[in-house]
This record gives sequence, structure tokens and C-alpha cells, in this order.
Amino acid sequence: MKKRTFLATTLAATLATAAFGDGHEPLKVGFIYVGPIGDGGWTYQHHQGLLAVEEAFGDKVETMFQESVPEGADAERAMTQMALQGADLIFTTSFGYMDPTINVASQFPDVKFEHATGYKTAENVATYDARFYEGRAIIGTIAGHMTETNQIGYIASFPIPEVIQGINSSYLHAKKVNPDVEMNVVWVYTWFDPAKEAEAAKALIENGVDVVMQHTDSTAPQAAAAEAGNVYTFGQASDMSEFAPMPRIASIIDDWSPYYIERVQAVMDGTWESGRHWGGIPEGEVVIGEITDVVPESVRAEALAMRDAIAAGEYHPFTGPINKQDGTPWLAEGEVASDEDLLGMTFYVEGIEGEIPN
Amino acid sequence: MDFGSINPVLLIASLMVASTPILLAAIGELVVERSGVLNLGVEGMMIVGAVTGFIATVETGSPALGFLGAALGATLLALVFGVLTQIFLSNQVATGLGLTLFGLGISALMGQQYAQLRTPSSPRWEFFGLNEVPVLGPIVFNQHPVVYLSLILVVAVWWFLRTTRPGMILRAVGENHEAAHALGYSVIGTRFAAIAFGGACAGLGGAFLSLVIVPQWTDGMTAGRGWIALAIVVFASWRAWRVLLGAYLFGGISVLQLNLQAAGFAIPVELLSMSPYLITILVLVIISSGRGRASGQAPASLGRTFHASG
Repeated sequence: MKKRTFLATTLAATLATAAFGDGHEPLKVGFIYVGPIGDGGWTYQHHQGLLAVEEAFGDKVETMFQESVPEGADAERAMTQMALQGADLIFTTSFGYMDPTINVASQFPDVKFEHATGYKTAENVATYDARFYEGRAIIGTIAGHMTETNQIGYIASFPIPEVIQGINSSYLHAKKVNPDVEMNVVWVYTWFDPAKEAEAAKALIENGVDVVMQHTDSTAPQAAAAEAGNVYTFGQASDMSEFAPMPRIASIIDDWSPYYIERVQAVMDGTWESGRHWGGIPEGEVVIGEITDVVPESVRAEALAMRDAIAAGEYHPFTGPINKQDGTPWLAEGEVASDEDLLGMTFYVEGIEGEIPN
Repeated sequence: MDFGSINPVLLIASLMVASTPILLAAIGELVVERSGVLNLGVEGMMIVGAVTGFIATVETGSPALGFLGAALGATLLALVFGVLTQIFLSNQVATGLGLTLFGLGISALMGQQYAQLRTPSSPRWEFFGLNEVPVLGPIVFNQHPVVYLSLILVVAVWWFLRTTRPGMILRAVGENHEAAHALGYSVIGTRFAAIAFGGACAGLGGAFLSLVIVPQWTDGMTAGRGWIALAIVVFASWRAWRVLLGAYLFGGISVLQLNLQAAGFAIPVELLSMSPYLITILVLVIISSGRGRASGQAPASLGRTFHASG
């Protein structure tokens, strides 16, 4: 347990010198955001987490954040700056911050880093993620019932496992209730660009899609669907309830607050350790927003039953038999996908057309 | 040719819409740069236009007043740039960059109360039923008024710079401000007018995003379109009709590639995603390399500070 002792000593040293030198110094917690806090989606929800931390700890914490930090080299600069300003704990909230986080963390061994949705850890870098695919299973079920053209559109951001899990989960569950359903995926290569997201939604709708799902951060696709009329959408990351009851008929809400509070507390207590955290519906990190009255009662009941089954641990959205796109078997009858498989998911399941870009 | 489920008429109609914000911002910046001023604050002016246009529309209920508000708001911001660079002789590059940062910040502040709202939709013109004409109808006779305005502006700018006396003065100021000053033309006055025009155009472009394309207010919603507009002005070698070509190519291919994906064409997505940038740059570079050497050159006084004592 050499590692552990080392960790404990550095921790103790950090706490003694930086954080609680005089016993009153507040813990400094930083957040790096990929979009603006007013995006109404992903970043907005992370910022709600920051506010929850402030609420929970009062003047025992001091928070800082930087918005719209591009993924890549510029992110390193932003993180370095935050570390130099004395941050004790930094949450980097987008997949593309993975390597920058690891790089900066190696230069600041006394600062704790938490990287969202990635897979690289270090002694002072933990990762955390939410099982969005659990929510996707539920909205996929609703989408399969609601579509009349049998074409579901999906605005995808980057071809990373987190996004591919969502596409597969949505498709599998839509297909389960509607065998004729097809999935049209559009890759926009951005997390946040309202105009492009709106254009992607319009392109999908013009090509005959009547349900639009999104894995991007702004509410623009909702607005585009509202304008087009008979199109259904789902709130993504945030409730997006301003578009209810139509086009938004349900939503997947990310609730990061419990995790953020837990981790800040851990740093204060000196019990923080690197690790991988992956919570979902059972932990309350993924929440299904209100299903509106546009959805028939039977569909709503089915969706909620699935949510409860997932919450109780009785149902896993990736339960076999499932084949990969090329027809090779992935999961046998009754087999459940392992977390490793999911975190490295780079393939579509059988039935989805098109290729995943590299 | 088989377009699959893509309707080419709808496609052309929507590519015109998608291109309009960049076209507006670029045609404004073209005039600014032809007067010898480099304003890198296009992104900031666009976003301020987007938010002021949105606020004005929500408060008055009229999209027309919204666009007017957008033009005014962005012009105001542009005039700040004008005062700093023309009167206090600050560095244009630094001031322009500062303008972008300031614009992004102030727009987020102004828009806080408006993030969750929806505006009255701004209708398209229908030309007394001409929009029902097949093919031409949706493209030519069923657009948003600002789309027509942007096209009129391109022609007007081309005509103004090429044939009118004030246009020639503006170009003279941009090419050699000392000579223009010696001839008795007001360098500062001309540049202020150009900067204001550039601001108004960028503001309209921003408002077109927040009122027509998206339509809602979201922080940072211009997402780099101001920088694309700046690049298009350079690649268009400061010519109005090439700016039109560049903006439509960029907007058009952006929309086309999304449609090709939505229709399930088996073209690698990586290729499609980079195509707008690649093709726009390639085409503009090729058309501007064929002519004489002078055609591709920037206005000679571009970015240089002018003071009458010089």
C-alpha cells in the first residue's frame, strides 16, 4: 500500500499548507465548462452542481468557473490558470478535456482533478460519468411508440463511446416496441453550436424524421422542431421544460449535485481518492423529466415501469441477445454488457445503418 | 441524379437561410476593411446584435423592430471600437479582440432574463402567392425579408465601392490615408461611417441567428461565425461578389453535408464535416489567384493607425 501512504501524506501536506493553513481558509473548487452556463443543457446542469456545492458548504468553499473553454490546448491553459489561482479541486466537465486534464494534473500533484466522461485516471485524477444510456432506453421506448414515419433522427456530437451508447440504447428500445423503426444519425462535431444544431434538426426533419433526439447541449433543436410542427423531441441533459408539452415530450436530466457535494466533502475530510464513478438512474444522477400529456397513458406507464426496473437494478438496457452491426454476436441471450464493453463501445448494434466516423 | 430523400428545392432555400448571418457580417466587415480598418470584433458585434435583437423583439413583439434594435446595439458597440482606435489611436488588433470578449460578456449579462423565452416568429414573405410556384417559389419568393436585404446589401456595396464618389473616397482612405487626408478628405469621419456600417451589418447577422435560424437566445450562440466571416473577407480578397460566393459556399456546404448525413449517403462523415472549410478556402483562393497580382491584395493602409500629424 505504498501508493496509499504516499497519497495520504501528500493529502495531509496539502491540507495542512494550502487548504486549512489557518483553519479558516475556504476550499477552492474550480469548474471548467465546454459551453456557456446559459446553454440550457449540459453546462447549465454542471453549473447547477456548482451552485449546489455553494449552497451545501457556504463559506467553507470558494468556487470559480470558466465557461466556453475549447477542448484542446486552450483547456490546458485554463486549468493551469485555475490551479495557479489556488484551486484545490478542479472539475473538468467535457470528454475532450481528458488529455489536458492528465497533463495539467501531472504538473500540480497537490491539486485534485475530476474529469467527466473520460477513461484516463491518475493519482490525482478521478473520473466520473453518468449512465445516460439508461435514460436513452426510456426515451427510445417513447420514441418508438410516438413516431409515425418510423424514422427517428439523432443529432450526435462526437463519435465517442458515451455518444454511441446513447444511439444504440435509443435504437434498441425503439426497435423493441416498433420493429419498423429506422435511425438517422447526423454527426455535427460540436457540443455547442445552436445554429448548426438547428440546421441539423431541420435537415433531419426535411428528410422525413418526426422524432429528433440530440446529444448536443443547446435547446436549438427543440426550437427547430417547435417551428416545424409535428415533431417530437426530448430534453437533453437539462429538462428544457420551456418546450413542453410539445415538441418536448420527456427529458433526460443530469443531476451532478450529489456527486459534487460528496467529492468536495471528501477533499475536506482528507478522504479523497482517485477512482472511476459511474452513476445512473438508481443513484439519482440520471433523472427522467416529466412525460407530457401528448404521450398516451399506456406509453407513459411502460416508460415509467422501465425506469423503475432500472432504478431497482432489475433491468439493464444492454441485455442480450444483441448483435453488432455486422451481424456478429455481442451479447448472448440474457447476458448483460460489462462496463468495460460499454466504456469502449465503438460499434453500432445490428439494424442501424451507416458507419461511425473514426 | 438521385438525391435520395433530399429535396433539392428545400435544400437551396435552407442554404440561403443558413448563409445569411455570415454573409451579413462579412459584407459589413468588407466595407470596414476597405476603409483601412481591421475590426476583429465581428464575433462580439454579432452576439450583441443577437441579444439586443432578441430583447427588442420580446419587448416590442415586432421582429422588424428587433432587427432594428440589433443593428443599433451592434453599431453602438462598433462605435466604442471607433472611438478607441480612431480618436485614442489604440491598437486595432488588440481593441478588436477586446471587443469580441466584451461583446460575449455583455451579451450573456443582458440575456440572462431572456434565456428561456420564445419570440413571436418572424414570417417569411410570400409575394401574393408567388411562393406556391414550383421550384422557384420556395427559393426566390418565400424567404425571410432579411435574406433579401442581405442580397441587396451585396449589390449595394459593390455598386457603392465601384462607382460612387463616397465609395472611391472610402477606398482612397483605405489605400493611402495620408494622401486622402492631403486631398482634404476626412479620414476619421470616413472610417467612423464604415465602422458603424460594419457594426450594423454584424448586428443584423447576429439577430438573424437569434430570431430566425435558432430562434431563441442562448449564451455564446454565434459560436465562431464572426471569425468565419472575417476569414471569408480575406479569402474573397476584399470583393463584394466573392464574399457572397464564399458565404453561400460555406453555408451551402454546411447544410448540404448535414442533409447528406440525414439522408444516409455513404460518404465518410469526417470528409463531409471538413468540406465547408476546405472547399470555401480552395475555391476562393483559386479564383483570386488567376488575376493580376493587385487583385488579391489587402487595402494598403489596412490596420494602420492614422493621425493627422503623421
